Amino acid sequence: MNGFKWIVATLLLCCQAAAAGNTLLIRNAHVHTMTDAGTLPAADILIRDGRIAELGNHLRAPADSTELDAAGRPVTPALFAGITALGLNEIDMVWPSVDSAVTQVGSPPMRPEFNVVSAYNPHSSPIPITRIEGFGYSLLGAMAGGSIIGGQGRTVVLDGGYRSFVGEPVLFIALGESASTLAGGSRAAQWMVLEQAIAESESTPRRGDHTLLTREGRAALHAFQRSGTVVFSAHRASDILQVIAFAERHGLRAVIEGGAEAWMVADALAEAQVPVLLDPLQNLPDSFDMLGARLDNAARLHAAGVTVSFSGAGTHHARKQRQLAGVAAANGLGPEAALAALTRNPAEIFGFPGGRLERGAPADLVIWSGDPLELVESAEQVILGGRLQPMRSRQTELRDRYLPTATSLPRAYTH
Amino acid sequence: MLKQACAALLLLSASGTLQAESAFPSTYTPLISAPTLLRNATLLTGEGQRLEQTDLLLENGRIAWVGNGDVPPGTREIDASGRWITPGLIDVHSHLGVYPSPSVDAHQDGNEMSDPVTANIWAEHSIWPQDPGFGKALAGGVTALQILPGSANLFGGRGVTLKNVYSTSYQGMKFPAAPHGLKMACGENPKRVYGQRNKLPSTRMGNVAHYRAEWIAAQDYIDRWASYEAQLAAGDEEATAPLRDLKLETLAGVLQGEIIVHMHCYRADEMMTILALAEEFEYRIGTFHHAVEAYKIADELAQQQVCGALWADWWGFKMEAYDGIQENIALVDRPPGGCAIVHSDSPEGIQRLNQEAAKAMGKGRRAGMDIAPEHAIAWITSNAARSLGIEHMTGSLTPGKMADVVVWSDNPFSIYSKADLVFIDGALLYDRKDPARQPVSDFELGQLQEVQP
Repeated sequence: MNGFKWIVATLLLCCQAAAAGNTLLIRNAHVHTMTDAGTLPAADILIRDGRIAELGNHLRAPADSTELDAAGRPVTPALFAGITALGLNEIDMVWPSVDSAVTQVGSPPMRPEFNVVSAYNPHSSPIPITRIEGFGYSLLGAMAGGSIIGGQGRTVVLDGGYRSFVGEPVLFIALGESASTLAGGSRAAQWMVLEQAIAESESTPRRGDHTLLTREGRAALHAFQRSGTVVFSAHRASDILQVIAFAERHGLRAVIEGGAEAWMVADALAEAQVPVLLDPLQNLPDSFDMLGARLDNAARLHAAGVTVSFSGAGTHHARKQRQLAGVAAANGLGPEAALAALTRNPAEIFGFPGGRLERGAPADLVIWSGDPLELVESAEQVILGGRLQPMRSRQTELRDRYLPTATSLPRAYTH
Repeated sequence: MLKQACAALLLLSASGTLQAESAFPSTYTPLISAPTLLRNATLLTGEGQRLEQTDLLLENGRIAWVGNGDVPPGTREIDASGRWITPGLIDVHSHLGVYPSPSVDAHQDGNEMSDPVTANIWAEHSIWPQDPGFGKALAGGVTALQILPGSANLFGGRGVTLKNVYSTSYQGMKFPAAPHGLKMACGENPKRVYGQRNKLPSTRMGNVAHYRAEWIAAQDYIDRWASYEAQLAAGDEEATAPLRDLKLETLAGVLQGEIIVHMHCYRADEMMTILALAEEFEYRIGTFHHAVEAYKIADELAQQQVCGALWADWWGFKMEAYDGIQENIALVDRPPGGCAIVHSDSPEGIQRLNQEAAKAMGKGRRAGMDIAPEHAIAWITSNAARSLGIEHMTGSLTPGKMADVVVWSDNPFSIYSKADLVFIDGALLYDRKDPARQPVSDFELGQLQEVQP
């Protein structure tokens, strides 16, 4: 491992500032391609211009390439961190540092045009903290604030860029018990106001009407009615069936977030091709919407043909997605399907490139110390856009400051 | 043990806390069980050893022997080849029962947020024994747990240690002869809750002033009882006993070493202040809970024999949690005498203490610390038992201790590992393969009739 670290350190020195165009050759990796090619036990990966140029055995090293020996370690696509407020939330309870929800900006009450993307700050400390654990992407979520329509977000590549957005815009709608105070106290009212909003988006209100939407809101909501992706937060089986019907009625591509009882309507989800982002650690009846929560939810959905991914670890603990996947794997989903749920599946669901290792794919990948689902293992090296990412964060700096048992100067001088 | 109990009685009678100690006694009785021989497993003893291909006998609710010994007639034999055995896991920080599932408003019984000093309240009186979380924790190998009040108050009240066995009353779960804990809190929570009401404390300095005032009152309470006892001893028949004060009774119990302080504290500087406070009033801090900055003062904690009950990776949810790092547990563990504990504070985390420990082990190793499974298991067994003052009864696979034992399908630090069998006082109370040995709380029973799988 030390030899490996040395190589990586050297590479960092020589390559960190390297312009795209240089090539990187990873030798002898156990590659989880997440494609039909399956797992390649001792493969080489040639990376050029931020993309995978070749993948195979005994590749010839181009003249200008830098080599990195993975020594048989697993390599996966960079992982998906779930729906988070990365770059939108520095500290949960320091409200002014949180930009992921709009509570109330006058009336009308629903603001589907609210889009969190413009608040994204790539320098926020949770980003490198998450990235160095093997994560390359997250869907920025607009959390339910003042209404059940939270607003819009989009997938971001966690490479520190100001404009690293990929994939399609996504609308967020919260339903069920947790949203009960946002729409008149009844979940029937949640559907009532959603139908009203849809109706408004399809026409122009008359003067004096009490409207739910602004003109911009009508346009935004209308745009989603042409196969736009809408994430519905819902747990209860009956609510999930309502989502499927609503989405069909209005031309939305629904995605279920939460879905503690999704396994109970797995066949309906599979038939309607509605994917589920779930938290496999949820096995308690935390609310009356979740009486059916169970550990093999992901396994049952997968077996029924539902596309599964994970979310629920939150922003600061997004790195916990690996544990979510591991627990799902250990409860019937199996390791390969669990890895797909962290890589290929979210890329398909939210329409961003990545999640697969194949020729032409973005070179967003991770070299692991061992089985990426085992919690004693770690990401050794994260590569995004073909660049070796510095494996540093505010937390590793704190660690390195306090790791020495004694210092001659106060620790404020260790940096 | 008898000696300890006598000493306790002598001390307690001087302050009136005797009455409290005899109130709400444990009614727990171990289930009757046949002797059980677990054969050929990998044992992590909880006291630093890893024993390969070893047998273990559970008899009369106790660990009878490890390795070799007599096998009484009628012993049930279980082949544990390829499997791992550890002591039952212990969580020193749980709110099961006081913040149960479902987490509806009517179930928010964990924080008496009406006064910054509620040393008079006992968490046990809020416990709903039908919390489904107990059963899920059992499936994660947890055999004992401390239920604490929340952290809104400077002095939150008494915590209680339970055996993880369903019972109709909490007293039927209460760990026999376990000392009470006192939950105290530093930092943001108390000053936020009471500051919003324009009430002391609204600052960290207000927190400390308030602690000191209460300790002074407790010293006075002890003195009043002592002088009453002295008057009685001198034959003064007119002597009248001071009025019992439940708050001061708890605080006096701490000053007399009978109640263990569990101090919710995040920042290193505040923990140092609290250690100085304890020195001023001559009491001991048992364990700092959460302590996301404990790694900054790991040597001080080890020197003062104070444990750190910690998360593997929580951080950032509030200002005082901003400096949390994943090496915290390994660094608190590092100095000689260091007492690191993995705690949950969560109905999800308590089910996976082994996984939380695996995270800490992995990060510690990457930072250059050599942490073996036989060492790390102490974080969720023997060190936790020490924190709760029950280490002489449970927390390791030591002959004579309670037969609180988990058989794992695999190395418990692997994500794929599951608790196959869980024994409490020798009784098999969870079997992953046998639904008849899996508890179902009253609340869960009969739900979702229409979708029976």
